[in-house]
Amino acid sequence: MDIPKDKLLWIYERMQLIRVFETRVSTEFGKGKIPGFVHLYAGEEAVAVGICANLTDADYMTSTHRGHGHCVAKGVDVRGMMAELFGKATGICKGKGGSMHIADMDKGMLGANGIVGGGPPLACGSGLTAKTNGTDQVTICFFGDGASEQGTLHESLNLAAIWKLPIIFVAENNGYAESTPAHYHCSVENIADRAAAYNMPGVTLDGNDLFAVYEAAHEAVARARAGQGPSLLECKTYRHYGHFEGDAQTYKIAGENERYQNELDPIKRFTDAVLSRGLVSEAEMADIDGQVNAAIDEAVKFAEDSPFPEVQETFTDVYVSY
Amino acid sequence: MAERELNFGEALNEAMRQEMQRDPKVVIMGEDVAGGADVDHLEGDEAWGGVLGVTKGLVKEFGRERVIDTPISESGFIGAAVGAAATGLRPIAEMMFVGFMGVCFDQLLNQGAKLRYMFGGKAKVPLVIRTICGGGYRAAAQHSQVLHSLFTHIPGLKTVVPSTPYDAKGLLISAIRDDDLVIFFEDITFGGIKGAVPEEDYSIPFGKADVKRAGEDVTIVAIGKMVHHSLAAATELEKQDKSAEVIDPRTLSPFDEDTVLASVEKTGRLVIADESHPRCNVATDIAAMVADKGFDYLNAPIKMVSAPHTPVPFSPPLEDHYLPNPQKISEAALGLF
Ligand SMILES: Cc1ncc(C[n+]2csc(CCOP(=O)(O)OP(=O)(O)O)c2C)c(N)n1
Ligand SMILES: [Mg+2]
Repeated sequence: MDIPKDKLLWIYERMQLIRVFETRVSTEFGKGKIPGFVHLYAGEEAVAVGICANLTDADYMTSTHRGHGHCVAKGVDVRGMMAELFGKATGICKGKGGSMHIADMDKGMLGANGIVGGGPPLACGSGLTAKTNGTDQVTICFFGDGASEQGTLHESLNLAAIWKLPIIFVAENNGYAESTPAHYHCSVENIADRAAAYNMPGVTLDGNDLFAVYEAAHEAVARARAGQGPSLLECKTYRHYGHFEGDAQTYKIAGENERYQNELDPIKRFTDAVLSRGLVSEAEMADIDGQVNAAIDEAVKFAEDSPFPEVQETFTDVYVSY
Repeated sequence: MAERELNFGEALNEAMRQEMQRDPKVVIMGEDVAGGADVDHLEGDEAWGGVLGVTKGLVKEFGRERVIDTPISESGFIGAAVGAAATGLRPIAEMMFVGFMGVCFDQLLNQGAKLRYMFGGKAKVPLVIRTICGGGYRAAAQHSQVLHSLFTHIPGLKTVVPSTPYDAKGLLISAIRDDDLVIFFEDITFGGIKGAVPEEDYSIPFGKADVKRAGEDVTIVAIGKMVHHSLAAATELEKQDKSAEVIDPRTLSPFDEDTVLASVEKTGRLVIADESHPRCNVATDIAAMVADKGFDYLNAPIKMVSAPHTPVPFSPPLEDHYLPNPQKISEAALGLF
């Protein structure tokens, strides 16, 4: 499947934006500038971007605790995201949610989530809204391999199937739930095999191959928009960092990190593919790199220069009346 | 010889180790309680030993049959712990953060808490659920809650909120030996707290409050982290010539009414510090109890210091504003004079 050039450039820009964002978050977290828990998405960029390249702002998304990449791919402003991580008033959620709760209703982004398995039922809700309103909006429901063992996911797969909801369930199988490997916590080797039990298409694919993700998503999104119901895509991928910042990662196999950070790295593989096929030039990519680095520098500066929220903000946004 | 000191997590770890040595029916289950299950190069050793390391070393001593990593399936494994307890095991289940109780609430509310009653006393559920609670870690709304009031409300559950390493060990041993379902709350900010802990096993009875500081002028009943804040407040009050008595109930269900009433009879003033949201919490419960049974002892209204009726905010200045602290407690106490 040919991807138009402007889209290829967008894809590269988004993947790099996620990578540089996460690298910088790791640094700023190390300096003590970012409080709380931080789960980095680096290494999984081809999943979020390959899927979101098929969406518009009107489409919905539910995310996870590892949500920065999903947000960037959906077009959430990185300045507002960075300020949110710093707990600043200019954050996308006024500093009230932090890393695990970034949300942007204007972009259909229904929230990262601190509760593993919290997202899938919400995705059924936005799917139901779109279906009831007769729009062609789809919902992407991202969840990890660990989340695939939550009852909420199984209930949601069934709901989506019987109601024929326009949802693409995307399992991001990075091999681990915290320190527990998927081959221990999961009864099947491929999470997508479970789709058969819910009478929907299920596909397992190389989640570090941008083109494979893009194509599978293209088909699933078309199905959903045409009213043919949900699909389950399983993207096998890998996280370059630990579960959270500070994880010693003793459960990882020797050489695994290095392999995924080099020959299996999704951005490197995409870059090699488009350059060798002459689809994009090195100069164009260098240009994008420059813009991305500047955008992240600017986002960090914005976050640092922004004020903290006024303490009165503690008491607002509890109900619609205050 | 100086007394041996342990930190909060080490005290809990020792309680579990000693109980597992004593009783082969005690098993631990939860997410990453060992970690690294089926990872060959770990050879059965742990990867994590719990998210805060509280179960470290136990898999090495007791094996993976007794220190069981679970998938992220809280309804499933908490329910399984209830069922296993009802049929002869004595599980210690770890619910990483108390907010995740939302996922498995039915298994607690409608199963674990009620089995014995509904079965006419024919079953018991000797299960301990250990869970992290509390704000101050910048962990935001879903990971910073103190839900002890919610669980104290439910008949059939016991609730334990230790504030020192000594109490943590003795209360956890009691919880493991108890034949009812106990929810055991561990404040996320207690990692650095150290204190004297005897090496031998010992138990602290449920329903027995501890006077953490004796005083004459005002009683402060404080729960969990609030015990430390209240002791700091008492030091501040001392400078104003007010002597505060700080009482740690240690268990909320059952609750030691007598110690609180005796103290209020002596001081005539009562402040209750509870990090819960202010509606229908343990502070309002204690206030109601004292208003009912100790009204004549009171020389001033009862004051409650709680968190506000909002979720826990992420941003540090907001969270600091949200949380009760020593100053809020000492100001509430001074307002009674
Ligand atoms: C209901 C619930 N249980 C447990 C946790 C703690 N927790 C946070 S992330 C995580 C692992 C998630 O694994 P996975 O779904 O594979 O996502 P990944 O971190 O690999 O992206 C766990 C156990 C949680 N946040 N919510
Ligand atoms: Mg995972």
